[in-house]
Amino acid sequence: MKLNRYGYLIGEGFRNIFTHCFMSFASVTIIIACLIVMGIFSLLDININQIIDDIGDQNQILAYVDEDMTAQEASAKLQTKLESLDNVASVEFVSRSEARESFMEKYDESLMEGIDDEVFRHRFSIQLIDLSLMDETKAEIEDVDGIVKVNAPTEFADKFISVRNVISIVSLALIVILGFVSLFIMSNTIKLATYGRREEIAIMKMVGASNSFIRCPFIVEGLVLGVVGGGLAFLAQWGLYAALEAKIVESLGISFVEIVPFAQVWPFVLITFLAVGILVGAVGGVIAIRNYLKV
Amino acid sequence: MVQMNNVTMVYENSDVAALDSVSLTISEGEFAFLVGPSGSGKTTIIKLLTGEIMPSDGEVIVNGFNTVKLKRRKMPQMRRTLGVIFQDFRLIDKMTVYDNVAFAMRVVGAANKEIRERVPKVLELVGLEGREKRLPAELSGGEQQRVAIARALVNNPTMIIADEPTGNLDPVRSLELMLLLEK
Ligand SMILES: Nc1ncnc2c1ncn2[C@@H]1O[C@H](COP(=O)(O)OP(=O)(O)O)[C@@H](O)[C@H]1O
Ligand SMILES: [Mg+2]
Repeated sequence: MKLNRYGYLIGEGFRNIFTHCFMSFASVTIIIACLIVMGIFSLLDININQIIDDIGDQNQILAYVDEDMTAQEASAKLQTKLESLDNVASVEFVSRSEARESFMEKYDESLMEGIDDEVFRHRFSIQLIDLSLMDETKAEIEDVDGIVKVNAPTEFADKFISVRNVISIVSLALIVILGFVSLFIMSNTIKLATYGRREEIAIMKMVGASNSFIRCPFIVEGLVLGVVGGGLAFLAQWGLYAALEAKIVESLGISFVEIVPFAQVWPFVLITFLAVGILVGAVGGVIAIRNYLKV
Repeated sequence: MVQMNNVTMVYENSDVAALDSVSLTISEGEFAFLVGPSGSGKTTIIKLLTGEIMPSDGEVIVNGFNTVKLKRRKMPQMRRTLGVIFQDFRLIDKMTVYDNVAFAMRVVGAANKEIRERVPKVLELVGLEGREKRLPAELSGGEQQRVAIARALVNNPTMIIADEPTGNLDPVRSLELMLLLEK
């Protein structure tokens, strides 16, 4: 008995979609468009975060040790002090000679002629947890006794972080606005179906059908539209991302920025798109039928 | 079965009362008629009984449910005890006679088997056998009304309410109908 009943309700939901083909098509298209815009900005956000992480990995803060300290003194006294700072992820001691060697590895040896060890100071290479607090942490490191100078790539990090923040805010605003647009279109599509069935709804109410029963076909309609929209948007996003990825790698070269591969983010994209589709569909259905259920 | 206590009904968009302090009681097994000229408030009383509108004042008790105090969620339960025949029948144009009647059972959650057994019986009772596949537009006024009656009867309500059941019928048909309702 239950099965028959659900079969009936689901069938009615599907029938609504095909009775209003054009509006159904329109609302699916709008949902796809909204999801793709949301997706583009979210993925951009993810990529910029990845770049910021990369910068974090590559750009350590260098804290130079007072000339008067020996290597042993410095690593013994200062290492733990630096490690105990809030925003510090790791601290590595680099002695004068090690610094010289790595410099020579990177650059031509001829450049080094005549430069001796004394030019290089003992130093600590420090990785941060949160790059956006670089300024504060730099100041804290400067306050440590025995540290004479701190080199931190604050400007570079700041720039990326402010770009990231702008994009995050724009994404969030777009997601909210487009969410409402989708909901508006969806609820109006379903309202069309409720309007076509207003006589039936009135009779359902008069013979004592429950509100959830009356609501059901319209929610099914919304869910189907939402899931179809979410699924198609996912496919479109996939194609778009792959094409852009190829373009960027081609034009910028592989080594400059590492693009997050779609294989790594697709579960997130798919789940988010379907969830948004389902939410918009179900809420749209509830909104559309709301007025009929008051009496 | 029905009790109305000092019911006053003033429609939102009007300033005169459609009903002014009406009290009435209809007991079980009673066959009650409400007569009055057009505009005297008969349909208003029916709408109050079905919970389609709420009284401005007073209370309406139908089959033990007080419509004013009833939670909205419980309203369907009250309505299932009623079979209503509307003045304008309110059949669904695009559904056949059979489907119009079956619809009323389906939407209160009846099983398909139950529907297949019950609908033909009720259609026979109102004299519509052989008309199952017709659309309302292909029926006479009297036949349409009998579809509406079949639909009101099909869920075995404890009370049947008919709004102007003989309003657009000739006297012979009216008599037939009265006999039918009395079954
Ligand atoms: N929805 C409404 N809004 C405002 N006034 C209404 C409405 N329905 C009915 N009325 C008024 O209430 C009075 C009673 O109407 P009604 O109950 O339909 O009478 P009857 O069914 O006896 O002909 C009439 O004066 C009518 O104009
Ligand atoms: Mg009337």
